[in-house]
Amino acid sequence: MMEIGLNHYLVLSTILFAIGLVGVMRRKNLLLLFFATEILLNSVNIAFAAISHFYGDLTGQMFAFFVIAIAASEVAVGLGLLIVWHKRHGNIDLDNLATMKG
Amino acid sequence: MEKYLYIALFAPLVSSLFSALFTATPKKTFTGIVASLLIFSAFASSTVLLMYILNGGEPVHVEMMTWMATGDLYIPFGFVVDQISVTMMMVVTLVSTVVHIYSIGYMDHDKGFNRFFSYLSAFVFSMMILVMSDNYAGLFIGWEGVGLCSWLLIGFWFHKESATWAANEAFIMNRIADLGMLVGIFLIYWNTGTLQYEGSFEAFAHLDTETLSWIGIFLFIGAMGKSAQFPLHTWLADAMEGPTPVSALIHAATMVTAGVYLVVRSNELYSLIPHVGLFIASLGAFVALFAASMALVNRDMKRVIAYSTLSQLGYMFAAAGLGAYWVALFHLMAHAFFKALLFLGAGNVMHAMDSELDPFKMGGLKKVMKWTYIMMTLASVALAGIFPLAGFFSKDTILEAAFAEHHFIIYSVLLFTAGLTAFYSFRLTALIFEGEERYKLFGIHPHEAYKFMLVGMSPLLILAIIAGAFRTTFFEMVEELLSAVEYHIHSEVTLWIMTIGTQAFVVLAIIFAYKKYNNSRISVPDGTSKMENSFAYKLLINQYYIPYAYDKYLVAPYRELSDIFWTHIDMKIVDASVDGIAGIVYGTGEKTRTMQSGNLSTMLTWMVAGTLGMLSLAVVFGLAVRYSGEILAILSGLGV
Repeated sequence: MMEIGLNHYLVLSTILFAIGLVGVMRRKNLLLLFFATEILLNSVNIAFAAISHFYGDLTGQMFAFFVIAIAASEVAVGLGLLIVWHKRHGNIDLDNLATMKG
Repeated sequence: MEKYLYIALFAPLVSSLFSALFTATPKKTFTGIVASLLIFSAFASSTVLLMYILNGGEPVHVEMMTWMATGDLYIPFGFVVDQISVTMMMVVTLVSTVVHIYSIGYMDHDKGFNRFFSYLSAFVFSMMILVMSDNYAGLFIGWEGVGLCSWLLIGFWFHKESATWAANEAFIMNRIADLGMLVGIFLIYWNTGTLQYEGSFEAFAHLDTETLSWIGIFLFIGAMGKSAQFPLHTWLADAMEGPTPVSALIHAATMVTAGVYLVVRSNELYSLIPHVGLFIASLGAFVALFAASMALVNRDMKRVIAYSTLSQLGYMFAAAGLGAYWVALFHLMAHAFFKALLFLGAGNVMHAMDSELDPFKMGGLKKVMKWTYIMMTLASVALAGIFPLAGFFSKDTILEAAFAEHHFIIYSVLLFTAGLTAFYSFRLTALIFEGEERYKLFGIHPHEAYKFMLVGMSPLLILAIIAGAFRTTFFEMVEELLSAVEYHIHSEVTLWIMTIGTQAFVVLAIIFAYKKYNNSRISVPDGTSKMENSFAYKLLINQYYIPYAYDKYLVAPYRELSDIFWTHIDMKIVDASVDGIAGIVYGTGEKTRTMQSGNLSTMLTWMVAGTLGMLSLAVVFGLAVRYSGEILAILSGLGV
């Protein structure tokens, strides 16, 4: 049985980040876009926590908490805007959200 | 004394700025009056300074402020009033006061009345800087200033095609010469390390003749442009497109003599290089004859006087080139008085004749214009050099100087020119004032000019008559500064023969002119008479075909060359590269604007792509830096 080390955590983090990135690019539903963002942020959190443990330095874990706090507030603001948008337009499809077309 | 120096220098500037306030408003007589008063105050201050210098005062030297001080270069705004500059100041302020007063009447009906006074005073200011500066850089400022004002004033009636053309011609010709002058100034700085007159004159004594010759030649090129010497002379006759007071002030009395002033001012330089001086004298004598010959046949009153100015400038250069600087300066002064008078008289005639310039269409004007007739005749007598008027003393001294220096060719050329001068001057007065009243055929009703204009001109008339009396005083004043010598012809008899001979020759020329042109057979030439078809006449009336030659062999090829440069180099290289860069920017913008779809998904995708791109670049560069040693080894192995 192989011991689970730093590399495994980092690989997991990378895989999650890739999944999040694809989600951010491919999803057309605004709500799911937020999900993808959460995955991105949490993949980073995993990396922070793992490296912090590896070096025995708490700074990384502290940083992960900050990221969680910021993610929470981002989602709060984002969801609020999303609800307003849904009330106005009746959908949350990204393809209809193109008023900035140049 | 410094107070008077500053008044003399800055009163014209104040006058110019004051008149400039009203350039956009209709004619206001008070601008003319205020400008005249201010210029008069400059004249009064100059008189005070002259009296001070005459009473043996030390030259006034002030340094108003530092202009440039970098490294070894130090050029102040310094002004000096010594025997030379005070003479010039007197000439400039006196003639300009008269011209300002005269212009109030002459420009009476002109829409640009206020503007005219602004330009005219600006000219006086520039001219004062030119003559009062204590260094070559300040002189050059004034030099360019008078050039600019000359351009403004020649082209004063800018709605006339010919006036703008003449203004540009004068400006461009002067630029060519100014390049020479600038090179001369650079050479002075390069070799002496200073542009102050005092410092550089001291240093000249230690330089070798070759360097000095180059300096002298280049400075003289500048003088040739400003004083319209051959081959840069064509602009002066064309400059007569400007209003007549301008011709009197700028193109007769002051600006065109700036070249003579430069040579006189640099006398310590030119006395070290007599061979350049001899060239100047020969060119001067040549121009004297050359210009006088063109004046013989010209049918434009103002142009005849312009050629006469050119010819007299030749006299001045002949004197200056022979080392008789004080004679040149004295002739400059005397000439300024009678030539300005002649021009202002011509202005009166032009006014009376509805701007008609052809003297053949005038005749018999002495009945209606008695005072102008008297003034112009006396000015012509002075110009011809008849005893005891101003021209006699100054011109005869030039002849004596040439004779005493044993330059007999120059002497005889100048003597012959004196006869021509008398002939064309009196041809002009005879055609204008004597004989039949030919103007009646053209339905013109001449009238005398305003009385105040005539009164304003009278100081010039008085000076044209009596200026010769100042000869000894003037000589004693400038003696020290110009190391002047009285020219003595060894034998008393020779001197008497020379003087009486010259006088007789001149008087004969006058009588001949009167005989030929004061009779009832004179009519407006129509190009059929035998004389008009002779080769000599055609050569002279066409100004030796020099303007045509310039046009054909300089202007036209230059234009062609410019066209080639325009179509091939400017359009195809310069413009094309600039347009190309703009095109690339436009094209990229046009192509990449589709990226900006407004769709969040697309934008996020681009963002990710960009981040990845940057990241990979960072990785590549990081690796390259880390392995730079190995990469260099591989590259050198490949022989790069």
